[in-house]
Amino acid sequence: MSTRMERGGVVTQSLAQIGACGLFLLTLLAAVPKSMRHGRETLRQLWFVGAMSLTIIMTCGLFVGMVLGLQLYDVLSIFGGTSATGTVVAIAIYRELGPVVTALLFAGRAGTSMTAEIGLMRATDQLDAMEMMAVDPLAYVVAPRFLAGVIALPLLTAVFCAMGVFGGHLVGVSWLGIDNGTFWSNMTATVDVWKDIVNGVVLKSFAFGIVVSLIAVFQGYTTPPTSEGVAYATTRTVVASSIAILALDFVLTSFLI
Amino acid sequence: MTEPVSPTSVVEPLVRIRGLTTVLNGKTIFDAMDLDIPRGKVTAIMGPSGTGKTTLLKHITGQMRGDAGEVRVDGQDVTSLSRDHLFKLRERIGYLFQNSALLTDFDVFENVAFPLRQHTKLPEVLIRNIVLTKLQAVGLRGAARLMPTELSGGMARRVALARAIVFDPALILYDEPFVGLDPIALNQVLKLIRTLNQTLGITSVLVAHELAAVQRVADHVYLIANGKIVAQGDPATLANDGSPWTRQFFGGEADGPVPFQYPAGDYAAALDFPGAKA
Repeated sequence: MSTRMERGGVVTQSLAQIGACGLFLLTLLAAVPKSMRHGRETLRQLWFVGAMSLTIIMTCGLFVGMVLGLQLYDVLSIFGGTSATGTVVAIAIYRELGPVVTALLFAGRAGTSMTAEIGLMRATDQLDAMEMMAVDPLAYVVAPRFLAGVIALPLLTAVFCAMGVFGGHLVGVSWLGIDNGTFWSNMTATVDVWKDIVNGVVLKSFAFGIVVSLIAVFQGYTTPPTSEGVAYATTRTVVASSIAILALDFVLTSFLI
Repeated sequence: MTEPVSPTSVVEPLVRIRGLTTVLNGKTIFDAMDLDIPRGKVTAIMGPSGTGKTTLLKHITGQMRGDAGEVRVDGQDVTSLSRDHLFKLRERIGYLFQNSALLTDFDVFENVAFPLRQHTKLPEVLIRNIVLTKLQAVGLRGAARLMPTELSGGMARRVALARAIVFDPALILYDEPFVGLDPIALNQVLKLIRTLNQTLGITSVLVAHELAAVQRVADHVYLIANGKIVAQGDPATLANDGSPWTRQFFGGEADGPVPFQYPAGDYAAALDFPGAKA
């Protein structure tokens, strides 16, 4: 009985969190025009969440592409279709792996830092101090981080995809001996700009950028002002973002495919 | 930068609280409390820990709203102000936080310059001069390029004080301004509070526990306990008025109307002494 009640409590709490997050989004969007005054802060955050994430995104993109090239070559060689390696690597990366893996990495690298930074500002009264100085922390602290995340994720996804294709080429052409011309011509002939790149890379990564950034700033802004509260909020950012990315990916794919 | 006071408002207190009732987690913090902060004076709020002194400051700034009652600052009811109007009012209020609350991304100079940069379009030269003047007043001009993590608690408090006065506000709220200050810094801060009050006519409210310091700087003292004002008057009179509240508080006695112990069950029972009633 108590387990059922606990489960009910968890469900109610989760629904309440989603509702609160939705209301927070509306408040945040209302603060976005005011945040345009703080363009320099948005640029600073863009550097921090975008440029500073490049190393991990490029490294992971390269290895994902390399392992994909290796696995596909192995499977396709059974059917004598290794010439399609480039095509399948590109489609897999553009449609799914690029946006999803980048968003997951972004949540772990930039999302957690956004949550921890805002949470610590809350715990040390910095947000209250801003309010007392008649500076809206939503416009000065939260909105620039949110905007930076929304802008950075599609760009990082593009970098990830480029590195992934390069990794696939490195393994397929340079290592396993697939013909360079075949690799590229098959890929360019099959990959559709609208269906694979716009829907996959652009649209999905943009949606993931909104969701991950929203979860990160929401968790930071509403965290209890204690060290334990900040720690929990950071963990919740990763867990909630990961679930949201994968669930949203399924929903988007079912509409876009 | 202090806005001129309208002739009609000169006689009215700058802060007027009527019937303020606040209940937090089932505990009554304020019980229909009335309180006035006169213009151009230094008013001290004193009282035992946990009586809601900081909470009172938060009611004045609109950070918290009570369950009932009215809080008026310069004629405006802060309990019913919109966020934008509240921010407009706060541009005229300086607030010194208990834990300084410096912005950790910025150095000392930028912390003090922050309100100026956000609310004015003053040329950089003027901002620099204002900030250095305020830092000189708190004795930290030489620390302008230090980061908050490089400051001691007392230094951070003085930077926060410089930030609170950078706009020359109409009202300054000091939450425990004397904590962590060495005798030299304490003396300078007391002088600064007095000078701001006397030269610019700035109304000051300070929450403090240090009677000696309060006696030197305050014009009027409110002693708060159990959700009400239990004594008030000028510091010298209040310290010698002989009421059980003032005698216990200023004498530092454990026994009196204010319990030293937080409400708890039987002590012997808590220690599992034989025969003790649970």
